[in-house]
Amino acid sequence: MTWELLSETLRLEQYNTRLVVLGVAFLGATAGLVGSFLLLRKQSLLGDALSHATLPGIGIAFALMSALGFTGKSLPGLLIGATITGLFGVLLVLAIRKTTRLKDDAAMGIVLSVFFGLGVAILKMVERLPGQSAAGLDGFIYGKTASMVWSDFVLIAIILVITTAVTIALLKELTLLCFDANFASTQGWPVLWLDIILMALVTAVTVVGLQAVGLILIIAFLITPPTAARFWTNRLGWMLFLSSTIGAISGWLGVSISALYSNLPAGAIIVISAATIFLFSMIFGTARGVLPRYLRHLKLLRKVGRQHLLRSTYEILEETQDTKPLKNLPIPIDLLRKHRYWSKGELAKLIRQARSEDHIERQPSGELRLSESGFGEASRITRNHRLWELYLIKYADIAPSHVDRDADMVEHLLGAEIVHQLEAELDLSKPTIDSPHTIEPKELVPLSKPTG
Amino acid sequence: MNWTANDFHIILVGGLCAMACALPGTFLLLRRMSMMGDAISHAVLPGLAIAFLISGSRGNIWMFLGAAIAGILTALFTQWITRFGKVERGAAMGIVFTTLFAIGLVLMRKAADHVDLDAGCVLYGALEYTPLDMVTLFENETSFFAVPRAALIIGATLLFNALVITLFYKEFKLASFDPGLAETQGFRPQLMHHLLMTMVAVTTVAAFEAVGSIIVIAMLIVPPATAFLLTKNLPVLIIVSLIVAVLSAALGQVASHFPPLLGLPDTTSSGMMATAAGFLFLLAWLFGPEGLLKRQSREIEAPEFD
Repeated sequence: MTWELLSETLRLEQYNTRLVVLGVAFLGATAGLVGSFLLLRKQSLLGDALSHATLPGIGIAFALMSALGFTGKSLPGLLIGATITGLFGVLLVLAIRKTTRLKDDAAMGIVLSVFFGLGVAILKMVERLPGQSAAGLDGFIYGKTASMVWSDFVLIAIILVITTAVTIALLKELTLLCFDANFASTQGWPVLWLDIILMALVTAVTVVGLQAVGLILIIAFLITPPTAARFWTNRLGWMLFLSSTIGAISGWLGVSISALYSNLPAGAIIVISAATIFLFSMIFGTARGVLPRYLRHLKLLRKVGRQHLLRSTYEILEETQDTKPLKNLPIPIDLLRKHRYWSKGELAKLIRQARSEDHIERQPSGELRLSESGFGEASRITRNHRLWELYLIKYADIAPSHVDRDADMVEHLLGAEIVHQLEAELDLSKPTIDSPHTIEPKELVPLSKPTG
Repeated sequence: MNWTANDFHIILVGGLCAMACALPGTFLLLRRMSMMGDAISHAVLPGLAIAFLISGSRGNIWMFLGAAIAGILTALFTQWITRFGKVERGAAMGIVFTTLFAIGLVLMRKAADHVDLDAGCVLYGALEYTPLDMVTLFENETSFFAVPRAALIIGATLLFNALVITLFYKEFKLASFDPGLAETQGFRPQLMHHLLMTMVAVTTVAAFEAVGSIIVIAMLIVPPATAFLLTKNLPVLIIVSLIVAVLSAALGQVASHFPPLLGLPDTTSSGMMATAAGFLFLLAWLFGPEGLLKRQSREIEAPEFD
């Protein structure tokens, strides 16, 4: 294989693969779109049950068409059969869920396994029917991507266009269904029918995908792209767009790569491409990816550590001085360490961090001293902490002796706006409640007054 | 209908397998993880293929190990994606098993150059051929007693499952109904979870060659679900699901003889056993104590106001 051949295939310059690539990429995009709603509805595995439930339909359709004297393997007929038993299977899942104590997973598992068993039994029977050869029908289990011809392509394209159009037309209703089905129901939306429409859309994609990637791997097309897209965004519109794109890219890559090596089944390569994109998204996805989330967590830990250090320093200054305008004096490290029971390592790390941020200076004597900016920051943080304490005492009925710890957990998230609200709410000029600390209104007010 | 000793052997293997599956299946159902059986039985494919590529032959201990490891990895990967990626469990499971299945298909295609090992045999199994491979257990001048080799393997699996569940009955029960309480009591529900997954993987693998994964998936889910509709008592639930499992196997084998009577071709025993299990479930759904029909008549007698 040469580099030219690879780029030629990827750019669709080979006529053989162009049709298949377009068909599968379109399928991937539609599956990504519909699958997004399935994922948000927390019903991803319903696609699994559905795709297995199509198998008896394929067998029955083949037998019927053969018996009536048509070509048994005509694609539209097989797909109609698949749609009927597929939809029937999904309705059974809904019915079992509604009328028994069994949960989702069991209902799906029952339909999946029984229909699949029945399907295999029927296929075996059909294979031994005299007359037409049913060889290749089990291609629907694993898919036979490369065998797509022009008429198949047209049929697939029509179904996919209709599916996409319906999905986009019902965007608002489906969104409501996925995010708050109970609300939708109280607002008078026909939730059951919306669910059934969603299932019909999934059925359409699944049935079309049977031919292309097979009934087991079409599940991946429905689940993997939306899940990957979810890591990058918290907005539905973007998620739908990304999910469709990822589906299309997986299809394009999968078909192209399998066209280059004679020995690779296209369906499997498509799934592996999608899974690779998923893995990348799961690690690096900006909205919910593991790495960005971990970094955000580290950042928060740093912030919390810094605020604890500064507040402790400030509180020690208060405890050791009687005169009111607080003087920024150096304090020994040991005193600081005992104040919050830090370990030596922890404290050293916090101090290193605070020094790099220019909040703390180390004196020649080995003692620590707040820098000018650090002093301001420390007084602000301490004040926020006490404001929050006051609020908890006044409105959450927490005992003054216990309030320190509770405040400790929330204060790091206080934004400027909330601080303003607290100030307004607590009215610091009239200290009517017990506070474990002194808050001097005069010292506290110089920040800008809340507007409005 | 030509009923032979072979039918008895097929029912023996199928029934043992169904019972072996129904045991862990009961706890999967209680933990709302029924789909895990489906996922694991698809995902063992790469394990089989890799073990085959390494050892160069099929039906040995390497295949068993490879598949068991793949099965356990499915459970682990699903758990990791759920926990670290904060993905819903169903979706995580779907991604893991389809990906492993796809990798398995590719590897099998590679392996197929060397020997006959196709995905079809994993799905359908070869239940009909089990009577061809017999092992004599007992023999003297007047009589002898032989069983299919597959029956021994699956019987051993059934014993293993029964043993594990008897030994850890209390732990499984608590971990299924109240993982939180189990945790505080020091019962390690996570450990129980992994043990259960190992049981499912081992059972799947032991059964795949003889009976195919269709029966495994069906018997992991359907008999326990059927029993669930009939009782609310755990020991009774387990016993009823074992009975339903055996009945499904017997009924399925009998049913596989019907199509020829109607002039239709023969069919597979494994597919019919799964179908029979579905039929038994349907009966329980319709006529069970909380069945659709009872529910209807009760509603007519005393309408509920709530």
